[in-house]
Amino acid sequence: MADLSIDMRALVKCHGATLAVDHVSLQITRGEFFSLLGPSGAGKTSLLRMLAGFETPDAGDILIDGRSMAGVPPNRRPVNLVFQSYALFPHMTVAENVAFGLEMQRLPRGEIAKRVGATLDLVQLQDKRDRVPDRLSGGEQQRVALARALVNRPAVVLLDEPLAALDQQLRQQMQAELKTIQAQVGLTFVCVTHHQEEALALSDRLAVMQQGRVMQVGRPEDLYEHPENLFVARFVGVSNEVSGTLVDVQAGEGTLLPSDVSVSRGIRVSVPAGLQSGAQAVMTVRPERVRIAPGHVADAGLNCLHGVVETMQYIGSEWQGAVRIGPSVRWTIRASNAASGSRPVAIGAPVSLQWNASDGVVLPVI
Amino acid sequence: MRGQGIWLRGISGLGMAFLYLPIIVLVVFSLNASRLSAAWQGFSWHWYGVLWQDEALLAAAANSLWIAALSTSLAVLLGLPAAMGLERLKGHGRQVVDMIFLLPLVLPEVMMGVALLLFFVVIHWPLSLATVVVGHAAFNLPIVVVMVRARLQKLDPRLEEAASDLGASAWQTFYRVTWPLVRPAVLGAALLAFTISLDDFIVTFFVAGPGATTLPLKVYSMIKSGLSPEINALSSVLVLSSMGLVGLSLIFQRR
Repeated sequence: MADLSIDMRALVKCHGATLAVDHVSLQITRGEFFSLLGPSGAGKTSLLRMLAGFETPDAGDILIDGRSMAGVPPNRRPVNLVFQSYALFPHMTVAENVAFGLEMQRLPRGEIAKRVGATLDLVQLQDKRDRVPDRLSGGEQQRVALARALVNRPAVVLLDEPLAALDQQLRQQMQAELKTIQAQVGLTFVCVTHHQEEALALSDRLAVMQQGRVMQVGRPEDLYEHPENLFVARFVGVSNEVSGTLVDVQAGEGTLLPSDVSVSRGIRVSVPAGLQSGAQAVMTVRPERVRIAPGHVADAGLNCLHGVVETMQYIGSEWQGAVRIGPSVRWTIRASNAASGSRPVAIGAPVSLQWNASDGVVLPVI
Repeated sequence: MRGQGIWLRGISGLGMAFLYLPIIVLVVFSLNASRLSAAWQGFSWHWYGVLWQDEALLAAAANSLWIAALSTSLAVLLGLPAAMGLERLKGHGRQVVDMIFLLPLVLPEVMMGVALLLFFVVIHWPLSLATVVVGHAAFNLPIVVVMVRARLQKLDPRLEEAASDLGASAWQTFYRVTWPLVRPAVLGAALLAFTISLDDFIVTFFVAGPGATTLPLKVYSMIKSGLSPEINALSSVLVLSSMGLVGLSLIFQRR
């Protein structure tokens, strides 16, 4: 593949006795915004530091633009890292910080000045070019860190939790800006984050990681709509679950007999290949696919569970609540606030939860 | 609370007086016109003028400055790489090496003098100005290491990674990033080391060869023939220049 930017081949990294990265193989296309998403300790930062060259893999290899990075020190790699703490040089001005990489490449002065100017324009910091980093706001420091990497036009820009240090509002603004800038410069971006909304919003594709392993790779909508395992279903978005036994599996369709909620008849589900009748399985459905109907009613066309409203919160754009459907099972529900500000259902009221069989995803028990 | 404040201020005032009264007396009497130290007979710069005419004294001053400059340079040249190396050490080895570096700070100076003398005798290095330089560098080294490390510990280790990530070699990283950031601490440490070398008596006493008389040794030998206003003047010069140097050192450390 000619347009492959990064090719990670069975990477392994141990920190002491723990396996931080466990045989990870990932291919990242040129110009792609790729995210590594996972909880802390998932191994995503180790992976990023191996790409940058600050850590050496115990096994496996990394190819960047088809060239093996084995034995190549950080200062000779065609990658630039935007550090979580930004790591701006405190004794240099914004412009000097941005020029640093180009000076290391020994480019002519005129060329350096031109590229630094263009990059500062790109991140809208031209008017702050002679300030020192301590005199900048968090968002501005973040942009300097980004400019310092972009100005070198590396094959890959690495971002370590790029927005973690910013407050909520700035975060959303920078998120949009980051995406725009990436589209403008057309470089490959690899971003590490534990923030799932951020990863979904920014990425062309992403890998969800846990305990050093890649759990699933795909486009944001693949991961959200078709999680391949319960970890991904729970980590990306909210997962409403019922567990039980599969019966009557035929031609990709079947019935789940729940073990933790009581229903009059089974739940109809589509069954992925590999699961047979008698298998223990979990069905998961997203809150926005579940309709709430007052009272305990039945609908022939839809799956239906009965429960009692436990909480209901008004958050402006919608109502969010929880419905108890079994002794140990609670589902998150959302009700649109399109009609009026009045409460859709009262707390303590009996309700029916209904959803299409095709909106449920059946996964093997972890 | 207010009463307590007054008491505390009073006590610290007494402490200051205890520390500085002898020095103030020294400086005042160095400005005494009388040949006998004990009685005040009017203000005069006379004894400072006498200092400038004393050839032996000027030679001792020159020795002191040379020794201070050379021993400080030696301590910095060895101490800066040592401090950077220690910062990179991890695990138990670090504590052990730490101890080894810091021990000379608390070792009785007389012991250090004896040890250095013995060492020079064993390796057949005749006592001279050079032995004094080496001796002073020995006690100045831990001072440089401690002060530079205090600064290094405050630096974000990611800064060096960032430099390397942006294409800087190890030397470029040091020259463009680490050095500008530790420079104030190194200057502060150098000034302090210079001052301590200038004022040292004990180690110098043990390892100074013939012709390597320093100012403190000179003061000591002059006192043998009784107190004189000239000694007062000389001591005042030493005290005030030391205070100035330490003040400068503090300014550099603040930066």
